[in-house]
This record gives sequence, C-alpha cells and structure tokens, in this order.
Amino acid sequence: MAHFTCEVVYRGIFQKNLASRICRGIVLSARKAGRWGIAFGRYGDSPQRNGIPAKDFAIVADSQEELEQNMARYEPQEVDVTICVDDTLSKGVESWAWYGLQPINRLTLPNGTLLMTSLQPAEDLLKDIHKKDAPYALTLLRAKASFSGLWVYREDHTEARILGALSRIKPDFLSLDAVCQAIEEAEWGSDLKVASARKAHERLETRLVNVTEGNPETPFSFEKPKWWEMREGVSIPAIPVGKPMEGGKGYVPERNPYFKKFTSRTMRPVIDFDKCVKCTLCWLQCPDSCFDVTPDDLYDANMDACCGCGVCEAVCPAKECITMVSEAAFDDNASQWEMWRKDKDTYRTWLTATVSDTAHVVRSHGFRFRGQYEQELRQDLDTGGIEITTGIPGENAAAKTA
Amino acid sequence: MAVETKTIAAAPGDTEMLISGSEACAEALALADIDVVTAYPIRPYDTVMQAIAKKIANGKLVAEYIVAEGEHSQFEIVKHASTVGARVFCGSSGVGWMYAMECLTVTPPLRVPMVAMVGNRALDDPGAFGVEHNDALVVRDLGWMLIWVDTAQEMLDTALLAYRIAEDRRVFLPIAISADGAFLTHSQALVQVPTKAKVDRFLPKYDRGDLQLHPDNPITVAPQANEDWVIEIRRQNNEAMTRAYTVIEEAYADFRKVFGRGPDNPWFEEYMTADAEVILMGMGTISLPLKVGIRNMRAQGKKVGLIRPRWFRPFPTEKMVAALSRASAIGVIDRDYSFGSPFGSGVVANEVRAALYNADKRPPLLSFIGGLGGREVTLEDVYKTADMCFAAATAGKSDLKTHWLGVRE
Repeated sequence: MAHFTCEVVYRGIFQKNLASRICRGIVLSARKAGRWGIAFGRYGDSPQRNGIPAKDFAIVADSQEELEQNMARYEPQEVDVTICVDDTLSKGVESWAWYGLQPINRLTLPNGTLLMTSLQPAEDLLKDIHKKDAPYALTLLRAKASFSGLWVYREDHTEARILGALSRIKPDFLSLDAVCQAIEEAEWGSDLKVASARKAHERLETRLVNVTEGNPETPFSFEKPKWWEMREGVSIPAIPVGKPMEGGKGYVPERNPYFKKFTSRTMRPVIDFDKCVKCTLCWLQCPDSCFDVTPDDLYDANMDACCGCGVCEAVCPAKECITMVSEAAFDDNASQWEMWRKDKDTYRTWLTATVSDTAHVVRSHGFRFRGQYEQELRQDLDTGGIEITTGIPGENAAAKTA
Repeated sequence: MAVETKTIAAAPGDTEMLISGSEACAEALALADIDVVTAYPIRPYDTVMQAIAKKIANGKLVAEYIVAEGEHSQFEIVKHASTVGARVFCGSSGVGWMYAMECLTVTPPLRVPMVAMVGNRALDDPGAFGVEHNDALVVRDLGWMLIWVDTAQEMLDTALLAYRIAEDRRVFLPIAISADGAFLTHSQALVQVPTKAKVDRFLPKYDRGDLQLHPDNPITVAPQANEDWVIEIRRQNNEAMTRAYTVIEEAYADFRKVFGRGPDNPWFEEYMTADAEVILMGMGTISLPLKVGIRNMRAQGKKVGLIRPRWFRPFPTEKMVAALSRASAIGVIDRDYSFGSPFGSGVVANEVRAALYNADKRPPLLSFIGGLGGREVTLEDVYKTADMCFAAATAGKSDLKTHWLGVRE
C-alpha cells in the first residue's frame, strides 16, 4: 500500500493548461504501473484570472480504495512534492480559494520536495521561501516561468521536463520509462518532449533546506467570523475613507487587511520620484487603488496592494519615471518613497541598478518578460532544454482521439 | 454484504480515459449520437458544453450546437427540437437552471424526453460556485426524473441509461442528471468508455411515434385548456412516472447485459449495510468521506453502512423502506436546505421520513445539513453523525431536530 500526492502551484490563466498537463501526466504515468489516480484543481481558485495563484493536485495510489482514502479530504493537507512553475510564487500564495498568505512549502511533507522552475540561485529563493518547521529538499529545474499551455503558445516542454524531474524524485511511483511513455502518448506529446524529459531527469539541482533556513516573516492570516457574527443579508461593510499620510498632508486609502493580493504580482513598478511631474494619472488609473499620496504630492505604490498590472507605467507621461521590474529582484514590500526620502543618493544608486538590470526589466504586458524566447530559450538549450519546434496543440494531435 | 466494488474491469473494446465527470458526460453524448444541443455558460455545467463543442469541432460528433442567449431559450429550443424527433441534450447550474424555470415546468407535460445535466451549484445569493442540491431539487414535483451520480464512470453510464429510460414510450419524461460541482464536474478520473457498437445495441433510436411534430403527422402540441382537461393531463403524467419504475429496472438489467457492469440495484447504492446498525445517507459525492469514514469506523468494530440514493424521482419507496428498516438508526445528510420545513430538515430527510411513515419498523432518523456551498464534509463530521446515530439507536428515538455540520459556530 502506497500513495503519492503532488500539488502544482501556478499562475491563473497563463499556466492553467500547463498545470493540468502536469497533473494528468502524473496520473497517466503512474497508470503504466497499474496504479489508480485522480487529477483535479482547487475549485475555489479562480484560475481564469490573470496571474492569480492557483493549485492543481494529482493523487495516485496502489488501489482504488487507497485512492479514496486519500481523496477523503477535499484538498490534500500534505503533499510529497510541491511543484511551483513560477518562482515569484516563492514569496507565498494568496488565492481566491483561501484567506491569508500561505507559504509555498506549506503542504510539503517533512523531507518532501519543493520542485521549482527557476533561474535564481537557491540562496536567493530562500530569502523569499518561508521557513518551515521540518527539513525538505529544494529541487530546481533551470527554466523561466512558462507560458506553455496557453492556447496559442509555442510549446516549451516545461510539462515534459517537470515529469522527467518527478521520475528522478519519486522513481518508485513514476519511472522514467513510464513518464516517457505517457508523454509519447499524450495529445501534446512528441519524441522531442521525451528527450526533454530525459534531460531534465539528469539535470536537477537539489539542495536540502534545514529548519533554520528561509524567510522568517510570519505570513499574514485571517480568522473567519462565526455565522452569528456575520452581517445578515449577504452584506459587508464598505472600506472606510482613508486619511492623510502625515501632518494633515497626503492621502492613504484604507485597504482590506485580509485580502492583499500582492502574490498575484510578477512585476512591480519602480518609481523615479525625481522624474515625477505629479500628473496624478498613475493614482487615478490604478485599478487597485494602490498608490499612496505622499505629503509632498508624489505617488508611492503600496506593495501590499499592487497586483503588478503595469497600468501605471503605461499611463505615465514622464519618460522613464515608472519602470516595471520583475518581482524576482525584490525581497520585501518596503516603501520606495520612504527609501527615497531617507537618502536620495542611495535611492538613485539602487534605482539605476534595478531598472538597468536587463534580466529583470524585459517584460510583456501585464505578465512577465517580453522576448523570453529569443533570450531565454537559448539559455534553456544550454541548461537542459532542447530545440523548440512549433506544434499546436501537439505534434501528435492528429493521431489522438481525445 | 452489499459492498459494491468500484474496480471496473475494462471490457473488450473499451477505452480507458482520464476525464472529468463533465467530459464523461460528453463521451456518452457522442456515443448516444445526440442531434441537437444548446448551450449557455454557467460554472460548473459549462465544462460539459465545452467538452461537447470540442467533440463537434474535432469531428467526433455531428450535431446542431446552438448557443442560446440565456437558459430560458436554451431549454426552450431543445424542447421544440425533441418534439420533431431530435435526440437532445441541455444543461445548466444553480441560478441558470432557475432562469430556465418556465421551460422546465412545461417540458414534462409535453412528454419531452430531454436529458439534462445539472452541475449542482449553490443558488445565489451569495454568488458562489460550490455544490448544493437545491437547484435540481426545485423541479422534484414537476415530472422531471432526477438522479444523482457519484463518479465520472457513473456519469457516463447514467447518461446512456437516461436516454434509454426517458425515450421509452411508456415514460417520455425528461431526466436531469445531477453532478456535484467541483468534486465530480472538475475532477479527472479513469473512466472506461464503451464502444459505439455496444451503445447501439443498448440504445434504440428515438421514436416519437404519434407525438412527433411533422407535416405528415399534423398535431398541435400544448393547446390552452380549462378545468375540463387539466387534472386528466396531470393523471397521465403521474401514470408515466409510475411506469418509469419498471422501465428503469429493465434498462439497468439490459445495461448490465450489454456492458458487463452497472449496479444490480438501480435505485440506491448500498455500502456495508447488510449488518449495519447505523445507516448514513447522502446523495452524490458526499459518499466519498462517508465511505472512508465507514471503513475507518468498521476497523473499530462499529457497524455502520451507507445508502447513497441515485434516483430521487421516481423515489424508490418500497425498496428504500425495506433497506432502511434493517437499521437501528438512520442519519440523513442533506446537501440542501428547506427553510421552515418540518423539523427544519433538508429535502431528503423529510422524503425518507414520509416514506417510512407507514413502515412496520421505523428506526430513529436523525437529520443533518452539511456541505452547503461546497463546504467540505470531513471525516470528523462523519464520525460525529454516526456517533449521534448510535446514541439514538440505544435510546430508541430521534431528537426531532436538524443538526448543521461544519458551520462556524
């Protein structure tokens, strides 16, 4: 009697089909050894929303009865492997399905594995990943966050590489041969993808993480009210009017203390306050009211509230005043304006370094990096990927019945 | 011991697929070769309409696929298509199903054997995606046959059975197949998909006979009527629903013969009930925590069993009473509510109470409401209900109130 449970933490819409492919791949690979399985999404999530963190699960077991035994909890409470397909989720996850910030490794079993696609060094990721009260393995597959699986997206083999990696992590459940066979047979499968899976199997980087390592911050949480404490009539109180920032000047809106939304963010605005013309457009157009008005009439993007949509950068008329930068470049949500006010020279040095780092500022609308194929696939080739061919929805599609 | 094994041996020619309950429904629809399908999106039912659209786009099914401008039209269109002899499919969820309400009421008296899928969803407000059974239960008095399924496999099999039963000339009533949103509609499980040849052996062509709207068969459907006519029409409907008992038994017997699987008892699943002192009841996917909880309690020597009703309309009164009379106490968990009802109980608990009223042996019945809006029914909830039932069995009487499970108190 044995079972294997896995979660895939992904970003809404862009990676929805990717996560589904990975979970299906797990079940179909395990089926090769006669095991039973189920693949499902966290239903309370809203994976159609741009960038919202969401989860898929796969459970496989030796028998149907054992599978049921492990499905009795609607959402698994612990998993052997947490798969994270966007390393900016290492800062934690706040989805539509729950309240509060959940560390990325929250469900990972003691001595389990957190498998991430990332180009960051493990040490950098561990500045973001919360501390855990049990040791676990941080296993890295060298790759950028994939858009693979979006309907019109070119295949980048991420699902195949993840499955190949799993066959290394849990060979007793997913043998490399079984994984390769399942990929071969998948609607989206191909011989090239099988080769990618085999390479990924060989090229994993694993680092054990002990209980002293990781981000020591306590994730924010929220206690839900009892039925008799809730207002009747399906009504909730409005967010109160905000207040001046200091000395009767500026304006800070009240914000929902229980739902912060910042884990939807993959980029954040970096603001050059010396170039700001105080036109108010960023403050007006921000869909999340994330800008605080400072006493000197500047606009400071509050990083607890910012979803990273990039509208502020798009509407800003001042040249190079707002620059969207990958979330991977930051370790906290501290105020940029406070930093600027405190020491302008230090701020300028930091600003210049941050916005001129091309690894972090080449980006696309609303979600991450523009030009990632030109730049990154070459890198992937060197580190484990293989040449990409076109194929929508998959090179084998014609031969499939699904 | 009435233990139903869920391990399905693949029959020759069957294909095993990893698909959701909704996709399993679409597989059945393609095998049944439906003619007209209407669609209007609402979660979780929309996964079925997407799966059917994909089948048509991929050339696996030839059917008219009409995207309606709302659920009212959606159900009206298939009703009309069915009267001219088309095999039809439709579906919805939650308040979408409610928006179609007028069409839902006129479908049974016109004897339209429509098959619909209800992806069970909590009724607004609040807007929510999770499962409750009140949406489908709203039509329980109108002549719709209602069945709840539990697994993707059962969804596929039941959809095939539903056409066979609904389109039987002795019945000609619509069937709504209820599938719990999320647990069933959105989870992918391994399903055995039969061959078209087998389905053709099981499912005859839809023949509307003298009720078919056609220039060669000039008839008027649904003329206005006064008090001279209405009660007779209701009496006809009642007769059709009564005849459905036999037709359902026959259909399942044939299904077992052709497909080599399927339950002996179409009406409800019995799990470890043969020697059970306490029988727990619940419809749909709530069976999962119940079965696991029962297995765990059995390991401690507690004799607990499960009855999972499939058919709610027609309600299997005699068979249900016979099965329940063996127990010392019954616990019904409703995934629905009926505010102001007798004892404040849910719909299923009060139906079971009514069925037992004239029984020689009436075990104490405890009523529970749980899992509303998709809230998880936990193993702890299951243990708690069973323990309360054991206490009622010892006391020999019920406590005549309704216990809510999993509410933040």
